[in-house]
Amino acid sequence: MIKSLQISNSIKTFFIEIGALSYFAGRFFKEVFTKPFEIKELIRQCYKVGNKSILLVSVTGFILGLVFTLQSRPTLMEFGAESWMPNMVSISIVREIGPVIIALICAGKISSGIGAELGSMRVTEQIDAMEVSGTNPFKYLVVTRVLATTLMVPLLIIFGDAIALGGSAIVENLKGDVSFQLYFNKVFNALEFSDLLPATVKSIFFGFAIGLVGSYKGYNCKKGTVGVGEASNAAVVYTSMLLFIIDFIAVFVSDIFFEI
Amino acid sequence: MNYAKNISPIIKISDLKISFGDNHVLNGFNMELFEGENLVIMGKSGSGKSVMVKCLLGLLLPDSGNIIIMDQDITILQQKELDNLRSEIGFLFQGSALYDSMTVRENLEFPLRKNKDKFKIKDTLVLDALESVGLLDAIDLMPEELSGGMKRRVALARAIILNPKIIIYDEPTTGLDPITAKEIIELMKEIQQKHGTSSLIITHDVDCARVISNRMILLIEGINYAEGSFKELAISKDKKIQAFFK
Repeated sequence: MIKSLQISNSIKTFFIEIGALSYFAGRFFKEVFTKPFEIKELIRQCYKVGNKSILLVSVTGFILGLVFTLQSRPTLMEFGAESWMPNMVSISIVREIGPVIIALICAGKISSGIGAELGSMRVTEQIDAMEVSGTNPFKYLVVTRVLATTLMVPLLIIFGDAIALGGSAIVENLKGDVSFQLYFNKVFNALEFSDLLPATVKSIFFGFAIGLVGSYKGYNCKKGTVGVGEASNAAVVYTSMLLFIIDFIAVFVSDIFFEI
Repeated sequence: MNYAKNISPIIKISDLKISFGDNHVLNGFNMELFEGENLVIMGKSGSGKSVMVKCLLGLLLPDSGNIIIMDQDITILQQKELDNLRSEIGFLFQGSALYDSMTVRENLEFPLRKNKDKFKIKDTLVLDALESVGLLDAIDLMPEELSGGMKRRVALARAIILNPKIIIYDEPTTGLDPITAKEIIELMKEIQQKHGTSSLIITHDVDCARVISNRMILLIEGINYAEGSFKELAISKDKKIQAFFK
């Protein structure tokens, strides 16, 4: 009896949370098109999101390409198909692995950062101070951050994909004696519009989700330092879940339009 | 100083009620603040002082009651009108609430963003405000580089930068050592004399109340339990009132 009550409470909380997040997203769309536009803060946030994540994305992308190629080589060699390596790696990375892995990395770094930053601003009354001074804190803090991640995460993903292909090319060059020129020729021949477009569109949604959930959790943070920790932690967990849901929907929709 | 009741108050709160679930925080609180007056509101922790202030600033909507500030009922104001009214009120937050990611200069410039005329002379205003609190040297420092007392001073400078008619202080001396607390109280008196502001001071610091108050209200169980000068309340025989002055 108690267990079923707990389950029903959890389900209820889950739907309340979904409703609150949807309302938060609705408020974002309402505020994003109304003046004043906080351009200076938006540029600052873009710089922060992009510049401060680029090293992490580079290292992750490089290792991803390197490991993926090293792990796949023996299997392809077994079938005498190692010449297909650039095609397989490029399509896998650009379509699926690159966007998802880099978005997850960004969820861990950016979304939790936004959650902690806004959460601590809430707890220390900085958000109230902003409101009292006549500035709309939602517009200044949330809209700028969500827009920044929506713009910058796709760029980070494209950059990370390129680095991952670079890592893969190094392995092919060392292990398979394939020149860089030949490797990238094969990569560009293999990639089609139907690979790039869905991945890019998906990345934009990933960026939006990363900014939105981080901001939602931080902006609605409960009082105290525990609240800040919870906001930061929940931002990562919720964003990661949402990324997989978006990925599933994106693959499903791409399949309809492009027949993968 | 006597504040004649025939003068209309600059702030008037009538029958303010607010609850959070079953927790009835304010049960019909009433208050009037007159021009040039220093009114102290004292209450125990959790008595609803900060909730009352948040209602006063339009950060929380009360369940019922009226809050009239300079002849405008803030519970029914549109956002733009509320923002305009807020520019007439300076607020010193309990924890200073300086923006962590901005320098002292940027913290002080922030409230000026919405006022184009004042934004044009922002450098002069920032320097004047910092001079008032004796912290000109800290202009390019980050909040993390400031001591608790310095943070409170910068927050005070930010509160007065728009030259407000009313300043609300939420626990201005909490968390400060006695010497720094005394300096902040002196600074509050100086600012009040220099700018002729009306001040509403929320505190549980008896020394602060004694030095700065013209009039006091004791907030107990969500209502204004007692009202009078510091001396009048200090000699009261009522046990609940006496508890504050022991």
